[in-house]
Amino acid sequence: MGQVRDLDVCAVTEAVKAMCITANYDLPADVYDALVKAKEAEESPVGKEVLDQLVENADIAAADRVPICQDTGFAVIFAQVGQDVHLVGGPFDDAVNEGVRRGYGDGYLRKSIAEEPAHARRNTTDNTPAILHTSIVPGDKVRLTMMAKGGGAENMSSLNMLKPSQGWDGMVEAVVDTVSRAGSNPCPPVIVGVGIGGTIDTVTVLAKKALLRDVGSAHPDPRIAGMEAELLEKINALGIGPQGLGGSTTALAVFIEEMPCHIASMPMAVNVQCHAQRHKTVEL
Amino acid sequence: MAAKNITTPLSDEDVRDLRAGDAVAITGVVYQARDAAHKKLVALIAAGEPLPFELRGAVVYYMGPSPAKPGNVIGSAGPTTSGRMDAYAPLLMRHGLKGMIGKGLRTQDVKDAMHECTAVYFAATGGAGALLAKCIVGNEVIAWPELGAEAVARLEVKDFPVIVVNDCHGGDLYEEGRAKYAKTV
Repeated sequence: MGQVRDLDVCAVTEAVKAMCITANYDLPADVYDALVKAKEAEESPVGKEVLDQLVENADIAAADRVPICQDTGFAVIFAQVGQDVHLVGGPFDDAVNEGVRRGYGDGYLRKSIAEEPAHARRNTTDNTPAILHTSIVPGDKVRLTMMAKGGGAENMSSLNMLKPSQGWDGMVEAVVDTVSRAGSNPCPPVIVGVGIGGTIDTVTVLAKKALLRDVGSAHPDPRIAGMEAELLEKINALGIGPQGLGGSTTALAVFIEEMPCHIASMPMAVNVQCHAQRHKTVEL
Repeated sequence: MAAKNITTPLSDEDVRDLRAGDAVAITGVVYQARDAAHKKLVALIAAGEPLPFELRGAVVYYMGPSPAKPGNVIGSAGPTTSGRMDAYAPLLMRHGLKGMIGKGLRTQDVKDAMHECTAVYFAATGGAGALLAKCIVGNEVIAWPELGAEAVARLEVKDFPVIVVNDCHGGDLYEEGRAKYAKTV
């Protein structure tokens, strides 16, 4: 058990602000490299041209310090707070939201959050509140991950309460069907996050966390790595292609995470992510 | 890919000349409008009141930009998912709308209205907002500034790159392209 360390939440605000801006301007290297590779492999000339535009777009965004996409997203924050950290200077959640407010303001990012969605749909004008997932972990550090999640791809995601008897075949069908029905809507080539297990609330968070893996990385469990490869092949055989205009690159990656579930259940969530997979992590 | 050059506003003849799969460079004025603006436009038509812009021959761009940095015409400005405007698009076409720029699937109702009213649906590359903003040379908010990114703006574009997805003859690149590259695994 280490010493308790004081951490002023001002540092949290500053870190969140910086991540909101850089995540939206700089496409991660793994995604950039995957787009370049996909361009070489793509069978459709139109698809190649689209991938070329996406690479050029990432270059312009990074050089001009402007957002990769105008939909700068919901600010989704994963916070792992070490249990030996003592947060001082104000409420943690407020500090995170203040970081989002400043990042989306100072970074010229779009404010895309509507309050009272069932009736008024008023823009909150500062992109708050953030979606904040906090967990307590061992240690005396705070690890923050910011993901800018656009609306178009999020809308194409699915929650599937399968029967255990449906097994792997049922899961394959549900994932491929989700991507197939989405077609051109979520800005393919997509990245597909799959959560398996848990309950309806935890399985969707699991699917979102799966999206944080590096494109090109293999799952440490070879059985899951094999399932990911099988799904990627089936999705790319759909022919949807870059932007849905036809082609051999519909997805750049499929990532699966699993957790225990009830003996009666087989929950599966599919979180669809556009090619602009924007995220950053810092440790304080 | 050699692009066809077209200038807005569009005539029926311009539209008839376009086929699914054509690469097109648009020059002229297009009107930025997405969800909230469409709801208001349709309400104005229902009330018999004038619209903030001339719909006859117009091209609408389904887009809500990020804020412009000082010195820039506009922020990032790529297309949003068109399907959310499907409920409104047929009425606008019946009142003269000739072109829609967006991304993603349209309903059969919208495709039927495109055929009946001689209109065309273009896709711009989603997630290429920094690149597409370079083709926007003028930007003036003309209605509902309180909607922020959802306001209606008059955008002047130069060689704005799009591809025809649905033409007025029934061609559909999303269906044709997908069928061409689908494989059996």
